[in-house]
Amino acid sequence: MSPLFPVPRLVAALAAVSVALVLQASLFSHLTVQGVVPDLVLLVVVATGLVHGSEVGLVLGFGAGLLLDLAPPADHYAGRWALALMAVGYVAGRLGSSGHPRVSQWLPVAAAASFVGTSVFALTGLVLRDPAVGVGELLRVETVAVALDVALALVVVPLTMRLFAKVEPHRVLAFTPRKRVERAPRAQATLTRGPRDA
Amino acid sequence: MTDLLTRPASRRPPVEDRLNRRGSLEAREPGRPRRSLVVALVLACVTLMTLDHVDGGTAVDPLRRLVGEVYGPAESGVDAAVRPVVAVPHWLRSLHDLAGRIDDLQSENDQLRSQLATSDYDRNRLQEYDDLTATAESIGYALVPARVVGIGPAQSFSRTVTIDAGSRAGLKPDMTVVNGAGLVGRILRVTSTTATVLLVVDADSTVGARVGRSMKVGFLHGRGDLGQQARLDLELVDQTYVPAKGESVVTWGSQDGAPYVSGVPVGRVESVYSSLRETTQRAVIEPFVDFSALDLVGVVVPSGTTSDRSVIEADGRLR
Repeated sequence: MSPLFPVPRLVAALAAVSVALVLQASLFSHLTVQGVVPDLVLLVVVATGLVHGSEVGLVLGFGAGLLLDLAPPADHYAGRWALALMAVGYVAGRLGSSGHPRVSQWLPVAAAASFVGTSVFALTGLVLRDPAVGVGELLRVETVAVALDVALALVVVPLTMRLFAKVEPHRVLAFTPRKRVERAPRAQATLTRGPRDA
Repeated sequence: MTDLLTRPASRRPPVEDRLNRRGSLEAREPGRPRRSLVVALVLACVTLMTLDHVDGGTAVDPLRRLVGEVYGPAESGVDAAVRPVVAVPHWLRSLHDLAGRIDDLQSENDQLRSQLATSDYDRNRLQEYDDLTATAESIGYALVPARVVGIGPAQSFSRTVTIDAGSRAGLKPDMTVVNGAGLVGRILRVTSTTATVLLVVDADSTVGARVGRSMKVGFLHGRGDLGQQARLDLELVDQTYVPAKGESVVTWGSQDGAPYVSGVPVGRVESVYSSLRETTQRAVIEPFVDFSALDLVGVVVPSGTTSDRSVIEADGRLR
């Protein structure tokens, strides 16, 4: 059994999450839309789930969410983003495993994962009465957040996927081998098409 | 990982293969998380939330602090690096705003400054208009307002001024020119838009005058001086009458009001000299009008004169 996070992948994931976290906290806090900051960390987790499958996505989501819960600007109950990003990583991995990571395919996945993530975070907030805001406000913020995430996903997800492909160039995406065996002619075509993440 | 070890080998083969519903051996889809992992992580999240929920989060605070020690400086560093860049649109915006505001303030400043510079002037002009209106009322003539636009050079030795009203304003030569204080002079000639006024202080000017209280008549001669020392000499027809100091002198008036209408105040008696040799006496009149500071004047016109500007009627209203 290969480890979930071989060292290069661990380093890449940690770097991606850290950069996303710092950028989200400092750069994108200046570029808010109605006060909503794009969830860069969430998008990194989405990309991880797309590239490495739902298990890696789940674990990385937990870790990244934990960082997000504990890193300075955060003041909500710790564990909320961890739970939300776990769901994100899992969803991204599951949905992503059914197709090829082209933009037309991973963008809906990113949107869905973003929706799931912000929803889980909002729901935990509702349950814990953490931010004492109404459902209407939550929905408004969530809508803006998902829209922002989808827009930012166009940049963040390819970058992260490229990073993962760079640190593990020999590695084929987690979900591809079975498809190739099942549908040989198309797999051949897929193989000649070159790297997936290009 | 722990459940992997504790579970029976039959349920979890070491190759991670398992039986699917159809009973055939199937490899676990790679990358799919084990249920135990999911449960463990979810429980970890819930535990964390609970820990943070109770006791005000004192249990999580060390963790927060630890992460903050790592990411806080990174965030502030990035923020410091990013702030100037992020601020650029704001700068541009505010720079634009500021430039606009500077322009606005500049023009406002200029306006205020010019207002300040001319406020006394404006106040005086307003006062002059008021006075002129009052004069029109008090002397009972219609006036065409005009402003002094030019003063004849002193080396011409003729005390004349140019006013900005001419024949189009209904002006003709030999019309009386007054201002709020009193008699200014008479019109010598007109153009369509300007008129030349001979001031009563001119040495060639002679005005029929009447001493107000006694109605004694005489002739006023100018001395040619402007300014504070401008004086008029009054030569009374009645040689025996000695005007009292401070008596006011008004115009006597001529036929058809030309060149001077009657009853316009000219000045007051300052002193009286009698010349025994010439058997005449001369009264020095201090004019009411400050000829060195003439601005707004009124030209006495017949009531109903058509003019290119408003005419102050005798009752004080504008027409």
